[in-house]
Amino acid sequence: MSEMAAHDAHAHPPGFAHQFEDAAQQKDAGTLGMWAFLVTEILFFGGMFTAYIIYRSLHLEGFILGSHLLLVKFGATNTAVLICSSLTMALAIRSAQTGKSKGTIIWWLILTMILGALFLALKFTFEWRTDYLEHTVPGAFFGFENRPEWGANAPYVQMFMCFYFFMTGLHALHMVIGLGILTVLVVMTARGRFSSEYYTPLEISGLYWHFVDIVWIFLFPLLYLIGGRYPGS
Amino acid sequence: MIGLAQTGLRFASTVLAFVPFQPPSASSMSGDVDELYYLLSGITIFFSVLIFSIIFYFMVKYRRRSENEVAAETHTSMVLELTWTIIPSLICVGLFVWSSAIYVKNSRPPAKSTEIFVIGKQWMWHLQHPEGPREINELHIPVDVPVRLTITSQDVIHGFYVPAFRVKKDALPGRYTELWFEPTEVGTYHLFCTEYCGTNHSEMIGWVYVMSAKDYAAWLAGGEKTESMAQQGERLFTQYGCVECHVAGGTGRAPSLVGLYGQPEKLASGETRVVDETLIRQAILVPNSVHVPNYQPVMPTYQGQLSEEQILDLVAYVKSLGGEERNGK
Amino acid sequence: MSTAIADIHHDPVESNVNYLNASYGIKSWLFTVDHKRIGLMYLAVLTFMFMIGGIAATLMRLNLVEPQGALLEPETYNKLFSTHGIIMVFFFLVPSIPATLGNFLIPIMIGARDVAFPKLNLLSWYVFVTGCLFALVALLSGGVDTGWTFYPPYSSLYSHTPVVIMALGIFIAGFSSILTGLNFVVTIHKMRAPGMTWFRLPLFIWAMYATSLIFILGTPVIAITLFLLGLERLFHVGIFDPAIGGDPLLFQHLFWFYSHPAVYIMILPSMGVISELITAFSRKKIFGYSFVAFSSLAIAVISFIVWGHHMFVTGQSVYAGLVFSVLSFIVAIPSAIKVFNWTATLYKGSISYQAPMLYALGFIGLFTIGGLTGLFLASLATDVHLNGTYFVVAHFHYIMVGGALMGYLGGLHFWWPKITGRLYPDMWARIAAGIVFIGFNLTFFPQFVVGYLGMPRRYAVYPAEFQFLNVMSSAGASVLAVGYAIPLVYLIWSMRYGPPAGRNPWGAKGLEWTTLSPPPTENFEVPPIVTEEPYSYATAEATHV
Repeated sequence: MSEMAAHDAHAHPPGFAHQFEDAAQQKDAGTLGMWAFLVTEILFFGGMFTAYIIYRSLHLEGFILGSHLLLVKFGATNTAVLICSSLTMALAIRSAQTGKSKGTIIWWLILTMILGALFLALKFTFEWRTDYLEHTVPGAFFGFENRPEWGANAPYVQMFMCFYFFMTGLHALHMVIGLGILTVLVVMTARGRFSSEYYTPLEISGLYWHFVDIVWIFLFPLLYLIGGRYPGS
Repeated sequence: MIGLAQTGLRFASTVLAFVPFQPPSASSMSGDVDELYYLLSGITIFFSVLIFSIIFYFMVKYRRRSENEVAAETHTSMVLELTWTIIPSLICVGLFVWSSAIYVKNSRPPAKSTEIFVIGKQWMWHLQHPEGPREINELHIPVDVPVRLTITSQDVIHGFYVPAFRVKKDALPGRYTELWFEPTEVGTYHLFCTEYCGTNHSEMIGWVYVMSAKDYAAWLAGGEKTESMAQQGERLFTQYGCVECHVAGGTGRAPSLVGLYGQPEKLASGETRVVDETLIRQAILVPNSVHVPNYQPVMPTYQGQLSEEQILDLVAYVKSLGGEERNGK
Repeated sequence: MSTAIADIHHDPVESNVNYLNASYGIKSWLFTVDHKRIGLMYLAVLTFMFMIGGIAATLMRLNLVEPQGALLEPETYNKLFSTHGIIMVFFFLVPSIPATLGNFLIPIMIGARDVAFPKLNLLSWYVFVTGCLFALVALLSGGVDTGWTFYPPYSSLYSHTPVVIMALGIFIAGFSSILTGLNFVVTIHKMRAPGMTWFRLPLFIWAMYATSLIFILGTPVIAITLFLLGLERLFHVGIFDPAIGGDPLLFQHLFWFYSHPAVYIMILPSMGVISELITAFSRKKIFGYSFVAFSSLAIAVISFIVWGHHMFVTGQSVYAGLVFSVLSFIVAIPSAIKVFNWTATLYKGSISYQAPMLYALGFIGLFTIGGLTGLFLASLATDVHLNGTYFVVAHFHYIMVGGALMGYLGGLHFWWPKITGRLYPDMWARIAAGIVFIGFNLTFFPQFVVGYLGMPRRYAVYPAEFQFLNVMSSAGASVLAVGYAIPLVYLIWSMRYGPPAGRNPWGAKGLEWTTLSPPPTENFEVPPIVTEEPYSYATAEATHV
């Protein structure tokens, strides 16, 4: 028992987990763990990106027609919203790193959440709802009849929309999970768990948030910007 | 000694006859495949026996003789490591080359192959001879004539397998796959479905009857008089209005199809493709994907209007309009 | 506890506070974050799932005694072979060694107190159990009949079975694999004890590291593939249905991109176990340590680029066939290197034949045969004939049962005294090992023959000429079943009645053998500092207690 007593007396920083030798090891392990997890996410989205790239190269015309159904204005706005949210997330981490008050950290986290929620709101209420009303949601109600100009490419327009919904849907799911993580971080910050010595959960959640942002940055041009939208392209 | 060996061989062949180790060898490629199989078996037996014997020898020689016995120290030998890396690698390269040679050699059907069309559906095989006869779960073919099968499925993925010929190819919905063989022995051979396809997968089996040329001619002549596939295709060509645009002489809204089969064709997209079964099928189902320059892309799609059999009949008709026989892909 | 050093050599078992008795009650287990308890909880669930998969196999082999089916309607048979494959692959073999032996041993072998993320470890168990529950619900709803490979269009459009529920179960269990893999990679990188450099690690750790790389890179792909299949089945739109422009072969590519590396997930840990067993029971350092270590990594890397050999007869181009064939030959080489190194380790060793060693030697023999028969399938010309036949079934059972499962049993027997603190009766264990070896060969060797003869796999009924070999195979299966039942009896018996094991009943090297049996919750009384090379047997005094 004397060993245990000696161990406690040499104060560990808050949040220290005892399977580790020291705080540095814990931070290293947490960071490596999150990076490894993000690798699995790359492979997860990667399956769909691969399938998308293959079909796009086989059926480019249908995919261009499908891409023109998407609302670039909202896609672009959402891209800007997400990039800003990555900035606010980084600022939240910076605040913790530089020992700012928990109010400051919380403010940046909540701003990130607002931007994330804005992204989802724009997507669901403007983009997806429009698709629903205009019968461009794949499935039993897909509006083949009102689009004779699609001709023989029609199945591939529906295919494109499948990819659109599956990929942006999976991305949106990751955003929702991210909002959940941010909520937990807000609560943890409010309870005073972080300091300039220990803010690892903020940092690794930041990695996750930036990753979700980067996935969108790939999705936007791949889905919204094919085929060009200007005369002469 | 010799008497003993002879007895041994006789015993072995009795046993082997009771449990035959290979199916009948009935095609021009079965011999090649069997040879390779026996080589692989020989290598497997050799290395297994080698490893087993060495291990057994070590197990006996180095068994622990006392409780506190300590083993001698041995050091890793780079020479050994390299040897047992390089030799297996060379064996693998050799096997790869041997096997691939057989595979590549047999990947192209000979020019004058008889063409048979196969449609797999749950749970039977439809086989169509170009002269007209249709068979279910049976294939009658003449010996010593190469046969090229064009295979598709009407529903799920199936697999067309004739063990005696050592050939197999999946039947895929929505596209054609190809298989060829040249039967060398008259006889009756199993046909199996070899890609799981649902409840009665194990009953999607049949027979291939390889007949002498005389018997085959008799078989072909007997039975109901049916139209050839090309004749049926010609009827469909009129029935579905194709003849209105695809006028011979090229004066219609669509290119003439005479003499087209087997020719390379430059498409509007810039790529050049050979006019084969797959292209014809694609043209019928997704016309705008293969339209040609100088003609408007106005052909309607026949997706959902034609069965796989009807598409094959149309393909046979286009082939009958002439053009060079392909030499395989 | 009094000062630690003096007590190390005493270990009075009865007063030993260890991870098993440190706390009592169901909650202390269900909320544990101790990697050793989590390993045992996995062992319980996995044994249960193995039995379900085994019952399916038993019914299948009983049916195959008669050419027209002795017992079952084809529909039921189809559901049984699908159940057998799904349960054995996803819910038994893939997690088996990593989740039980891996979880228990990795921290101890590297000198750590626990894994990097103990709570994530517990979560992975719950996630796995959830996956199992979904699978069981699917089974109770009749089971799926798609085969473990779920090929569309059959699985997406034609099957009338609970495909989505089963796919969800596999998807969820996959997450458990990912979490385990993450945990192991970080643990091995960051938590090794002072002095435990990479090249002092036991080869079991190298094998687990390589396996974890595959977990991380491969599992997400099967997840997204099954996800897409489920969406297609639910919403009747998707990317695999040819009628709406899709391609069923894309599914096969995506499926096999994971499922080929998955078979290496199943064999690599077992190979790691064999390295430990061969060295311990010949009391010798492994021959060619770095070759064995690097061959594990090589297998993990190359495993990702051979998937096309499952698709040689799908109509893929000749060029694709050639590429995948040559790579499939190459992937065999690192495995061959291991077999030669293990054999060389026996040279001038001091070999004893307790049950773990019998399993290890059986592994080497059966894995050699299984691996060599893989060459028949890597070779294009023979694969055309053999694909989809019982030859393939025999090949993969030699590797997965003759290989992976024998390694698992050998490892369980080897580390059982450490895990439970008890010894089991070695005579019964050796008898069981022998019965397993004999039963296994009787079951699966005839399948090579009947496969070359042309009998396809997944057949509920078959032509009468194949009956003799099928009966022989089914007879062997009954022997095999006996061989698996016996350990269940004596291992459970030993937990209560077995004599105390002591720290190191085998006289083996490795950090796990320096601590108590069973280990204390924090694994070591004093955190170790490593100064020895691994398997340093030849210069050691007998450490046999």
